[in-house]
Amino acid sequence: MARMKFLCDAERCIECNGCVTACKQENEVPWGVNRRRVVTLNDGVPGEKSISVACMHCSDAPCMAVCPVDCFYRTEEGVVLHDKDMCIGCGYCFYACPFGAPQFPQAGAFGMRGKMDKCTFCAGGPEKDNSEAEYEKYGSNRLAEGKLPACAEMCSTKALLGGDGSVIADVFRDRATKRGKGAEVWGWSTAYGKPDQQAPKGGKS
Amino acid sequence: MIRVPKLAVVLTALVVTAGLAGCGEREQVIAYQQGKYQGKPDTKPWDSAPGDSLYTSSNWTKGDKSSWESALRSRNQSQNESVRIGD
Repeated sequence: MARMKFLCDAERCIECNGCVTACKQENEVPWGVNRRRVVTLNDGVPGEKSISVACMHCSDAPCMAVCPVDCFYRTEEGVVLHDKDMCIGCGYCFYACPFGAPQFPQAGAFGMRGKMDKCTFCAGGPEKDNSEAEYEKYGSNRLAEGKLPACAEMCSTKALLGGDGSVIADVFRDRATKRGKGAEVWGWSTAYGKPDQQAPKGGKS
Repeated sequence: MIRVPKLAVVLTALVVTAGLAGCGEREQVIAYQQGKYQGKPDTKPWDSAPGDSLYTSSNWTKGDKSSWESALRSRNQSQNESVRIGD
């Protein structure tokens, strides 16, 4: 059974923001909303590391746990999605998420935020697949087109991997073994933190 | 012997009962219960036929989850540079 996951290789990310641009373009994400962004640690210091961050589609998602209207669901392939028609824009999911994935399109008076928007793993939402309504609310549904998320497929250095967890873990393990370092995966155990789903051990860092 | 009016006895009993009612020990922490999704049902990606969209590039059998998964697994290999360009 496929379990869709993202994995970012900090040894490879060059902070080009190609993934951010690909996501914006693919889903026509409104101004001010960033479903994906690149975070750089120790910016400007030799040895700085960058990672591309979006919704990690957690195995035990805290956003789902705290949502007061239960508008989240997990698909059979492990993608965490939500129904925007139900979302009340309370922002609880934003506070709960360790990755800052939930985004809100408005910042107005009285804390008005608008409906939450987040990475859908390019899987659309609860509307007819590839319909206009689905595209308008949730963006592209590439999974229903037999494709993988645009960010991962567009990544020039292939730092960002996206797809079936077992496949991308194999790709990463092979890579980390060959280069002999950088086997740690940022955020992996936070999002998918089960002992049997730990980051693949490929080499020493 | 001092005679206590019945009303006073009843009142005292009521006050004592009401006062002690606040001394009960109750759990102050909310026990979290996982909610159930309340929104619209979603369709499965493998329920679309490859020709339903203009831009489909993979091949699978409509409604067959395993063929959709294998189509995606093979597409996943385009993210593996060892396969794309060799070692």
